[in-house]
Amino acid sequence: MTADSFYGEVLADHNLHPLHKHELECATHCCKGLNPTCGDNIELNLDIRGGVITDGSFTGIGCAVSQASADIMLELIIGKTPDEAKHIAALFRKMIAGEASDEEIDELEEAGALQSISKMPARVKCALLSWNTLEKLIDEK
Amino acid sequence: MNNDLIGKHNFPIFEKYKDLVYLDSSATQQKPQRVIDAVTRYYSELNANPLRGLYELSVKATDAYEGARESVRRFICAQSTKEIVFTRNASESLNLIAYSWGQANITQGDEILVCISEHHSNLLPWQVLAKQKGAVLKFLECDKSGLYTAKALEKALTPRTKVFAIAQISNIFGRLNPIKEFAEIAHKNGTLIVCDAAQSAAHIPIDVQKLGVDFLAFSGHKMLAPMGIGVLYARQDLLEKMPPFLYGGEMIEYVTREGATYAELPHKFEAGTVNAGGAVGLAAAIDYISQLGFEAVQKREDELTALAFEQMKEIAHINIIGAEDAAEHHGIITFTVDDVHPHDIAAIFDADGIAIRAGHHCAQPLHEYLEIPSSARMSLAFYNDETDIARFIATLKTIRRRMGYDS
Ligand SMILES: Cc1ncc(COP(=O)(O)O)c(C=O)c1O
Repeated sequence: MTADSFYGEVLADHNLHPLHKHELECATHCCKGLNPTCGDNIELNLDIRGGVITDGSFTGIGCAVSQASADIMLELIIGKTPDEAKHIAALFRKMIAGEASDEEIDELEEAGALQSISKMPARVKCALLSWNTLEKLIDEK
Repeated sequence: MNNDLIGKHNFPIFEKYKDLVYLDSSATQQKPQRVIDAVTRYYSELNANPLRGLYELSVKATDAYEGARESVRRFICAQSTKEIVFTRNASESLNLIAYSWGQANITQGDEILVCISEHHSNLLPWQVLAKQKGAVLKFLECDKSGLYTAKALEKALTPRTKVFAIAQISNIFGRLNPIKEFAEIAHKNGTLIVCDAAQSAAHIPIDVQKLGVDFLAFSGHKMLAPMGIGVLYARQDLLEKMPPFLYGGEMIEYVTREGATYAELPHKFEAGTVNAGGAVGLAAAIDYISQLGFEAVQKREDELTALAFEQMKEIAHINIIGAEDAAEHHGIITFTVDDVHPHDIAAIFDADGIAIRAGHHCAQPLHEYLEIPSSARMSLAFYNDETDIARFIATLKTIRRRMGYDS
């Protein structure tokens, strides 16, 4: 990784080498999200069994911020219950709004790398695309 | 020609932001001090409600407003000021045509022909009209370089084609379409032609009579003037037969409890209090361009376009959309960078103090047609300079590396 990576190494890494960007045959739930201002889209797949998100993936088109955000999100929510996932989503939203405490940002682990987005208003929608889609999926479940 | 008008020192925004590289002039142009002063002068010295008051100041305001209409008439070589309707912007002008002319003239089974590269503003009003009337919306397709041919147009026109909508310069390709030739072809078929001049008005001289267009629309803000003032040109015989678009004050002759007769052209299409300050600003912008001269504007813009274009072609992983010849681009270069999303491209430019546009540029059907989700666009004006281009190129070369790719 080069030293002057624009968004920092964590984001660049998740964008270049996403762990969860693939189809998911066994998915029990699927939800599509769209960012109408730029046409970017995401398809979020979750495998929810016995009240736990046992696996998840995403596909679609988006900028580095949206791709990394989706990948990190899945990293965080796999193994959690839908309620826990919603709690993390709420924290993430708070961080992007610039209102999260240091402890809350710690709780977000790698997603904390997206903290600087709170200072880029034009990119908030990119960072939130996957999280909005996650909340929609869980609410409609 | 007045060469002193070409430089950035005429534009206060560049005084405030000394390091700003503004390459988004197709979205909106910066405003010269002279235009800002003209608007200020209108509101400090001439303001009253034009066309209404029977006192001296209102007469002055009316003169300023109607004087601006005469400036516009001369600018696009219309026959009469009756053919010049002030609107808010090109979008409103195009909507006015589709609603007023369209509602009265389009019937079930009619065809409306629109170019695939049209801005949503010259597409959606027609799409809605077609749906309402049970008409068919057809698309004229170009090649990858943005070229539309007479042959394709002739083939696309049918006896049912009532109207053909086309931009003079596309906001993606920057390519100049042969409007005069296309107008002749359309007219031979009994089809009216609507020309969207939003991207051309600032860059090339327009003569509506020579072009032979039936309707033409443009926005002031894309040609040095304030936001909120735009123009619709329409042939007088068409305007006379068209019903009003908006109803209200100042567009009537006589109103009773039962009905109304409408004012003379062009006031029939200008309901309510008008944007006199904006119109005066537009007249000042026209004055500015006229003093500078289109020859000087084009020469400078072509130089800068070529300078950017030739260097962009040499950079690996950069793909320019449209013609391979810089001369076809008219200050607009839309591009993609392999593996890098246009939002990320724009964010990196922004971090380096360079303003460019990213997204689908209000032309989603075209992006679908070109099979790219979105693109980045740099667009310039005569007030840009070599330093702007050098900084643009320098940042462009770093993008893939800064996104984590080798080179
Ligand atoms: C080709 C074209 N047509 C129409 C428009 C709409 O202009 P406005 O937003 O000023 O109405 C634009 C502006 O982006 C344009 O580029």
